[in-house]
Amino acid sequence: MARILVLFAHPALEKSRVNVQIARAVRELDGITFSDLYEQYPDFFIDVAAEQRLLTEHDIIVWQHPMYWYSCPPLLKQWIDLVLAHNWAYGSKGYALAGKYLFNAVTTGGGEAAYSQTGLNRYSLRQYLIPFEQTARLCRMTYLPPYAMQGTHRMDSSDIEKETSRYVGLLKDLRDERLDLDAAAKQELFNHLR
Amino acid sequence: METGSFFYLAFIYLAAAVVMVPVAKRLGLGSVLGYLLAGVIIGPGLLGLVGDERQDVMHFAEFGVVMMLFVIGLELEPALLWRLRRSIAGMGGLQVLVTVLVFFGISLMLGLPWKASLAVGMLVSLSSTAIVLQTLQEKGIIKTPAGQSSFSVLLFQDIAVIPMLAVFPMLVEGGISAEDAHGSAWIDAYSGWAKTLIVLGAVGLIIAGGRYLVRPVFHAVAGTRLRELFTAAVLLLVIAIQLITSAVGLSPALGAFLGGVVLANSEYRHELQSDIEPFKGLLLGSFFISIGASIDLGFIAQQPLLILGAVLGLMLVKSLILFGIGKMFRLGIDQNSTFSLALCQIGEFGFVLLSFASQNGIFSSALNDFLLVVTALSMALTPLFFILNEKMVQPRIGLNLAESIEPDVIHEKNPVIIAGFGRFGSVAGRLLKAKEVGTTVLDNDADRVELLRKLGMKVYYGDASRPELLEGAGAAEARLLIIALDQPEQTLRLVDTAQKHFPHLTLLVRALDRDDAYELLRRGVQHIYRETTDTSLRMGADALHLLGFRAYQARFAAQLFYHHDEKALRDLADTWADRNLYISAARERIAELEQLLRADDADTSLDFDVEWDSSSLREDIVKGTFK
Repeated sequence: MARILVLFAHPALEKSRVNVQIARAVRELDGITFSDLYEQYPDFFIDVAAEQRLLTEHDIIVWQHPMYWYSCPPLLKQWIDLVLAHNWAYGSKGYALAGKYLFNAVTTGGGEAAYSQTGLNRYSLRQYLIPFEQTARLCRMTYLPPYAMQGTHRMDSSDIEKETSRYVGLLKDLRDERLDLDAAAKQELFNHLR
Repeated sequence: METGSFFYLAFIYLAAAVVMVPVAKRLGLGSVLGYLLAGVIIGPGLLGLVGDERQDVMHFAEFGVVMMLFVIGLELEPALLWRLRRSIAGMGGLQVLVTVLVFFGISLMLGLPWKASLAVGMLVSLSSTAIVLQTLQEKGIIKTPAGQSSFSVLLFQDIAVIPMLAVFPMLVEGGISAEDAHGSAWIDAYSGWAKTLIVLGAVGLIIAGGRYLVRPVFHAVAGTRLRELFTAAVLLLVIAIQLITSAVGLSPALGAFLGGVVLANSEYRHELQSDIEPFKGLLLGSFFISIGASIDLGFIAQQPLLILGAVLGLMLVKSLILFGIGKMFRLGIDQNSTFSLALCQIGEFGFVLLSFASQNGIFSSALNDFLLVVTALSMALTPLFFILNEKMVQPRIGLNLAESIEPDVIHEKNPVIIAGFGRFGSVAGRLLKAKEVGTTVLDNDADRVELLRKLGMKVYYGDASRPELLEGAGAAEARLLIIALDQPEQTLRLVDTAQKHFPHLTLLVRALDRDDAYELLRRGVQHIYRETTDTSLRMGADALHLLGFRAYQARFAAQLFYHHDEKALRDLADTWADRNLYISAARERIAELEQLLRADDADTSLDFDVEWDSSSLREDIVKGTFK
């Protein structure tokens, strides 16, 4: 069984429609560690040692967050800045994360079509996530393709339910090692594998 | 009009008080001295408006002392009393014992018979609960080490009165039976053992009554919703205690104190206190006036030097004894000087002992008159001693201690000076120390300074609002002055001093509350820290979180509140002087803030959470109007 750590960052979960459902479902999954960063560090004072310990205890890391201005919410960036320390996560002596897997699981308000050359945002989601991908590589991890839950603004409650169970299914498959991760790594989005 | 009539007397007493007390207060002399002066003026020596009935008034007004002890008892929880046991028994016991012995010796040397000498010793060992506690409370120093020590000693003296009363009849030359001594006190018909049992029974009665009887009675009385009935019940309670205790020969003040302590935890405590307060004040005032009126100016005029010398000598010896005891019990020099000057007079109980002594011929009548004048004068001088201590002694102590450390301080030249290292300043100071910022710490509580020094911290004693001390602490070279004093008046004084003499210093000032902050804003202080704002907002945020709000949302709401409130504080500072304007402006601000924090309103500014989740954006997309 793969050990999965979901690092969840959402500054206004009480207002969200989609993420709140997803977060609730993931929190209840067996064998998966769910870490609600905004609940844990409301004043941005991150316990670096504890977070690093948590990372070493897991095989697959998930950064789950909504896309805000083509990036992650600020607390996750703060987490990356502080926890992925030089000579621990990267650098000549930084091997703590080597061999682990990492991917982003994101929600976007706009639909899939908006994230294309002809769409409103002009670039693909994968392109917007390049900084995260490179961060993973620098830390000697394998970056898996992002998992996207898009068009959340238009979702009704049955859509949200379907979206949630699909994402939960992915996490279960990863946990139970039912996926070929090397094959997955070649995909544009995790969604395409399924 | 006949001088003895009740209304005439009431008129004279009240008029004297109403005229003299405000004058005394305006002159910074305190209310006690005002009452005493009023008494001297209406007394036989000057205007002669009151005659022999002043003794009766004094006996009646002594009841004010009983009420005062009751009120003090109400404020003292049993746990606190237990904490004070060491100073009550230790300091109080030692004070009474040593003072009795010393004055016994002095009187013997002056050629008095040993019985009279012992009586003098006991008389002199007692201090004035009424004057000292009233003054300590008025000056707000009852909670300081000096105040607590004084209180402990006074309490012990009240207890010591009991055996003294028992011993006094035996001091009559030629002997006198106890029955004669106490007049009609029925208790003297019993043997020693039975007496002890009766006294203990009375104490038990007060405690049990306070615990089990008073509450249901007050509950029923409060149920009638007649305010005056509640007042009547309170008076009834105190008078009952007075009667019980005097019947068994206990000090009524002690009994009332006990009754107060028993009721300290009851829900009626504040009601009791506010109901009895005006009676207490009036009676105490009359009491002080009677003391003033009993000073026989004619008698003093006959041998002024002898009397004045005796009074001052007596007070000097008494305060030296007290000072020694204070030192033994490790009072800091500033606290100790307050303590020993506060208690160096002869107390009101001296009048009781003296009247007994004169009736039974323990003293010759000349000696009795002499002691009466000395007692009254020593009480009258006490408020002056307090002023002397405040204006002359305390500043000198500060200066001396400061001078002895001056070279040390100048040598340090730290960028930060912290004035006040109590619960507030010490936290800020420790943070700076942890970041290795050099700080010079000043504090005007000698006990705290000593403690901190023992803990290995460099702390200097002194009143930082004195320019020369501030100079000595390196204010000329420092960049910041952190003011974290406990008393707002001291804070303002220091701010004024610093702004006048060291304008280059950036001031960071602790403010007690909103009003305090306005005072500071008016002086142009930029960095103001209301002492509870941050903590209470943190508490509010945690409460929201525990109720199920997201931690970040709760913290954000608290931050929003904080910044809005700080801004409102500055905006409202201008209107503060005008009460009406201030209140209406403040109400506006409060309404505004509540509106801001109401998370249900879709378009309030708490919709901080990024546009991607805002309802307006979602609407835009769903309707297809985005782009």
